Amino acid sequence: MSEYAVELEEVSKHFGPVVAVDRVSLTIRDGEFFSLLGPSGCGKTTTLRLIAGFEIPTEGTVYIEGKPQGETPPYRRPVNTVFQNYALFPHMTVYQNVAFGLEMRKVPKREIRQRVLEALEMVRLPGMEDRRPNQLSGGQQQRVALARALVNRPKVLLLDEPLGALDLKLRKAMQLELKALQHRVGITFIYVTHDQEEALTMSDRIAVMNEGRVLQVGTPQEIYERPANRFVADFIGETNFLPGQVVEATGEQVVVLVDGQMPIRVPAVEAVTTGRWVTIAVRPEKIALHAQPPDPQAISGEVEEVIYGGTDTRYQVRLTPETVITVRQQNAQVGEAVVFPVGSRVYLSWPPEAARLLTE
Amino acid sequence: MAVQPRTRRETWRLLFLLSPSLFWLIVFFFIPLLLVFAMSFGQRGTYGGVRWHLNLENYARLFDPLYLRIFWRTFRIALTTTLLCLLIGYPLAYFIATRPVRWRSSLVLLLMIPFWTNFLVRTYAWLVILRDQGLINTLWTGPIHAFLLQVAEAVPLPFWSSLVQATAQPLPLFGTDLAIIIGLVYGWLPDMVLPTYAAIERLDRSLIEAAQDLYANRLQTFLRVILPLTMPGIVAGSVLVFIPSLGAYITPDLLGGARSIMIGNVIYAQFMSARDYPFGSATSFVLMAVMVVGTLIYFRMGGGEVEV
Repeated sequence: MSEYAVELEEVSKHFGPVVAVDRVSLTIRDGEFFSLLGPSGCGKTTTLRLIAGFEIPTEGTVYIEGKPQGETPPYRRPVNTVFQNYALFPHMTVYQNVAFGLEMRKVPKREIRQRVLEALEMVRLPGMEDRRPNQLSGGQQQRVALARALVNRPKVLLLDEPLGALDLKLRKAMQLELKALQHRVGITFIYVTHDQEEALTMSDRIAVMNEGRVLQVGTPQEIYERPANRFVADFIGETNFLPGQVVEATGEQVVVLVDGQMPIRVPAVEAVTTGRWVTIAVRPEKIALHAQPPDPQAISGEVEEVIYGGTDTRYQVRLTPETVITVRQQNAQVGEAVVFPVGSRVYLSWPPEAARLLTE
Repeated sequence: MAVQPRTRRETWRLLFLLSPSLFWLIVFFFIPLLLVFAMSFGQRGTYGGVRWHLNLENYARLFDPLYLRIFWRTFRIALTTTLLCLLIGYPLAYFIATRPVRWRSSLVLLLMIPFWTNFLVRTYAWLVILRDQGLINTLWTGPIHAFLLQVAEAVPLPFWSSLVQATAQPLPLFGTDLAIIIGLVYGWLPDMVLPTYAAIERLDRSLIEAAQDLYANRLQTFLRVILPLTMPGIVAGSVLVFIPSLGAYITPDLLGGARSIMIGNVIYAQFMSARDYPFGSATSFVLMAVMVVGTLIYFRMGGGEVEV
């Protein structure tokens, strides 16, 4: 048996002239909570459907537990899906919905009963067996969909934006519950979402996708702290982008001249040569504001806007006539925090490794 | 949902808005129906007309084996027609409903176009196709016969000669129940396709995928998910085909022979040639009662199960 639950090898899917999935290669480990993250139309749902068997790859191979799937139909694959709109059978009760997969696989009646009740218990819906889906709330339908898939004890559970239709509070609660559930049952989860926060909260690893391609695969921390390119940096969290030209490249440090007037020092990631156009990416919460320059080379700007947001305060600081940077300061102190008023002069600093040099 | 008019004024307004349809229904439907009902208890006058001599004789007459047989045949033909319409119409509806959206309305239109031709003309067309000197039998007794004759000469088997002799005769199509059923199926097919099409088109595709994801193969998916969820369309289509088939008159009149008349022909004959209005009225009423009871049972059976 392969150590990977699911592998995609150079998988492409074309719909006529449209390339929905473009040479995607992924390896998803056994027992992993793996997210496919990207904006709508990035190919994440198609990738999931390729694993489920609802779509057959135009090129490349999907392996489940080391076995190439070829054109195996969905009903012969050891995976189950939780659909975006739940897709519960409206003409069946909750019990019949959950029992469906077991009945199709000719599991004995007594075992079916036991497993269905267990599954409903697991998703905290006991006593709902005789209800119809339309008598349940969105959150309850979501749980039934989950029970209906998990009751089959699949090797891999595929979830297509399962929390998309729930309100914020319920979604947060379900995120934690799903994560705990995955831990308990030990099944590999492949989770499609466009919500970066959701992906960061729940996943062991994330694949960020755009325009049919996988841009970066890594742990939430890797993706957030070391985005591979501008798209990932922009899509995950909030990022300031400062475009400029390399004026000095001496080993460890690179000096970038932003807007032709403001030199900024960044650790070198790869070989960059003087004269090259690059982008510096800095997260707003990594930047500290000071009334006095913390070091002689500190850059400075003028506060243009102050937005109080409860847990933190956001500043818009104009560095040059062309460039405004966002800074987020945690409101950690009790009472009134130090506030820089609009129009005041501030100095910025950040740890050297907080700034990323993006060369594309 | 029942709308409760709250004030007297609203009640009057409601009545005012409903008055055209109420007027229409009362004058052109309810009163004539009442007249026919009253007539069915009367007696035929010597020179036609009705003698208002109340009795149940007309209803008793319907228990004559002659009429019972016609009722039974009518029922059988209507049922066969409905089943055939379902067997042909459902797959067709499924095919249309699963085409890309831009094709669907064109395909439905293509289905409807032939039915913009007059019903009588279309039924005559079937007469031309089915009769002894018609299209099918010309081919049967002509080229097919000639072909079998040649084969028979090359392969002299006893089996062949009887077959060849059979092809020399026209097939007994015209004037049979089969001819009527063909005509009725052709005539009412769109009434089956349209409601089933609407039901299948409304069906959420992800439910089919969910079933396949839960290990149901194509047949199981159809039987457990698609069929029950499109049942309202099947029920509606079946009623829409069955009811007019029970009351069919033109089709059996043109395509059926003397031996395969339906109850519609009996009613027609009572009013137009026998001039026995009371008996015709009684027959109409019994037919109507059969339709109402049958439809109720049918809805109870198929329609009650499904609530989406």
